[in-house]
Amino acid sequence: MSNDDILLQVEDLTTSFRIDEQFYPANDHINLDVYENEIVAIVGESGCGKSAFGHSIMGMHHQEQTKISGKIHFKGVDLLSYSNTQLNKVRGKEISMIFQDPLTALNPLMIVGKQIEEGMKYHTKLSKNKRKQKAIEILNEVKIPQPERVYSQYPHELSGGMRQRIVIAIAIACEPSLIIADEPTTALDVTIQARIIDLLKELKRRMKTSIILITHDLGVVSEMADRIAVMYAGEFVEIGEVKRFLKNPLHPYSKSLLYSLPSKNNQGEKLHVIKGVVPSLNHLQRQGCRFKPRMNGTDDSIHEETPTLREVEKGHWVRCTCYKHFHIENSHQVVEEEKDDVFQGQ
Amino acid sequence: MWKFVVRRILIMIPQLVVLSILVFILAKVMPGDALSGLVETPGVDSSTIEDMRTTLGINDPVHVQYLNWIKGLSQGDLGTSYIHQRPVLELLEARLWNTVYLSAAILFLTYLIAIPLGITAGRFHDSLIDKLIVGYNYITYATPLFIFALLMLFVFGFQLQWFPTGGSADINLEPGTFSYYMDKIYHLLLPALSGALLATVGTIQYLRNEIIDTKMKDFIKTAKSKGVPEAKIYSHHILRNSFLPIAAFLGYEITGLITGSIFLESIFSYPGIGQLFLQSISQRDFSVVTALVMVTGVATLIGTLLSDIILSLVDPRIRVE
Repeated sequence: MSNDDILLQVEDLTTSFRIDEQFYPANDHINLDVYENEIVAIVGESGCGKSAFGHSIMGMHHQEQTKISGKIHFKGVDLLSYSNTQLNKVRGKEISMIFQDPLTALNPLMIVGKQIEEGMKYHTKLSKNKRKQKAIEILNEVKIPQPERVYSQYPHELSGGMRQRIVIAIAIACEPSLIIADEPTTALDVTIQARIIDLLKELKRRMKTSIILITHDLGVVSEMADRIAVMYAGEFVEIGEVKRFLKNPLHPYSKSLLYSLPSKNNQGEKLHVIKGVVPSLNHLQRQGCRFKPRMNGTDDSIHEETPTLREVEKGHWVRCTCYKHFHIENSHQVVEEEKDDVFQGQ
Repeated sequence: MWKFVVRRILIMIPQLVVLSILVFILAKVMPGDALSGLVETPGVDSSTIEDMRTTLGINDPVHVQYLNWIKGLSQGDLGTSYIHQRPVLELLEARLWNTVYLSAAILFLTYLIAIPLGITAGRFHDSLIDKLIVGYNYITYATPLFIFALLMLFVFGFQLQWFPTGGSADINLEPGTFSYYMDKIYHLLLPALSGALLATVGTIQYLRNEIIDTKMKDFIKTAKSKGVPEAKIYSHHILRNSFLPIAAFLGYEITGLITGSIFLESIFSYPGIGQLFLQSISQRDFSVVTALVMVTGVATLIGTLLSDIILSLVDPRIRVE
């Protein structure tokens, strides 16, 4: 992929939230490129800053509670230099968002057709009738049966899976070039999940859209994404192609995540557990390797003092040098040692 | 929709029956009757009073009295006032309308004041203007109506003489003419304003909290991510959702107004049912009291019916088939 294909270039992005009159960065000097027509997955535990990242791109944060610095280049402009009114021309039209919980993401008092049309009202010059026609077409595209009827139904009359399709329909209504999907399958049951994933893949293929997929489900990542960026405590710790990443994860955090998944290779064994939880923003130790406190007593010498993201092979970036010394040789043994911490870890 | 309304009205029938029984029992357990005060009156023989009781039906068994009362009610006959010696219906009619006008005026003014204030406070919450509005709310919440109304009457009625200090219309005006109605409105203004300024508390607070709540909802994020301008997010998404509890409370608001007007009517010497109610209780005018309680009860039922109909209009989730 060449530089010409870059759709979105995030440069040195820092997003800080206010807690008790002080600002704490939830995204700390982040860099990420998103190419045209690709799906980038952003994975990590709850509270590691994935959603904050997605929201930053679209300027969705509360202005008084957040401070953002850095650059977000999108199609030749820096979105961070845009005012809210200017951003309204980008939101929904160029970049749109798919939300996690389809039960709450729709206005309960508005028929779903109108909710799909709403974006077109501000971004296109289509007449009322044309908009309705288009909305029904889109309902068809997201595989809603009887789109004419569903057009004038209220969200509470639809099932969870149908509602998620409506949420997707809203996101693709104006054919954006980038969709940020914030855990699009988390609130759905497994069979529906699979269908939503297929739908997203198909839409991406047909519309040539790029998708930033925010998730903590590595299964979804392996099925959908082209590249993966692992986030920990507000930083990317590893970025690479999904296939290569799944075969050969480097960073201790990535490895731990993968080893904590059940698979064919570890049948009958206890799963790996990462000690502790992601520290909250105002208790995070920002010096040195941020994953160190959860690595079970490693020596300081294997960590960098100021870890940076380095390209270790083409297109594969890893933060800190500690990955060279971290092995989960026998997952069985690891579990034995940490037995007492299993419940804390969850 | 019509099914819902019809079903909702049918539910009212058993409610009315229960209400009538309650009202009747309450009136019966009150000590004394319209004639008990007369016992000590010189020149009136106690056997005469007993005879009168029999004629009036007070000595009949309770269930017979109840059935007679219900029979009368169903024919629009609310009985005869023992004290005024006139049909209760006649006594009520003019006063009831006055109270309805007053309540409607209070309701109108309440919403006129409360809705803009509630929206402003909710939209700019934690700002100076919000703090001022919430401050106003605390003050009005803590102010007793009977003192506030007296103060209003004293300042605007007696000192500044901007408004009349009593009555519901100038007796020199011909009823039915334009100037007569204007004069009625003029008489209404001060009591209505006094009531409304204090009645805004609930609506402002509810609207404010509801808006602050709705602002944080996920579907507002969805709207924002579509590129909907902020003003439109308010008018299309937040406000309609925030008005739901206000609509739900309309019924109780109406009840509160009708019963709450007792103070206002006494202070402003406004001839409504509140005044009549107080008089009738102190005179043990049994038939008037039961009629009034019945009317208030029916008003409550109609109020909740209205609430439900309005709610079902704005909230599709309530329209149960």
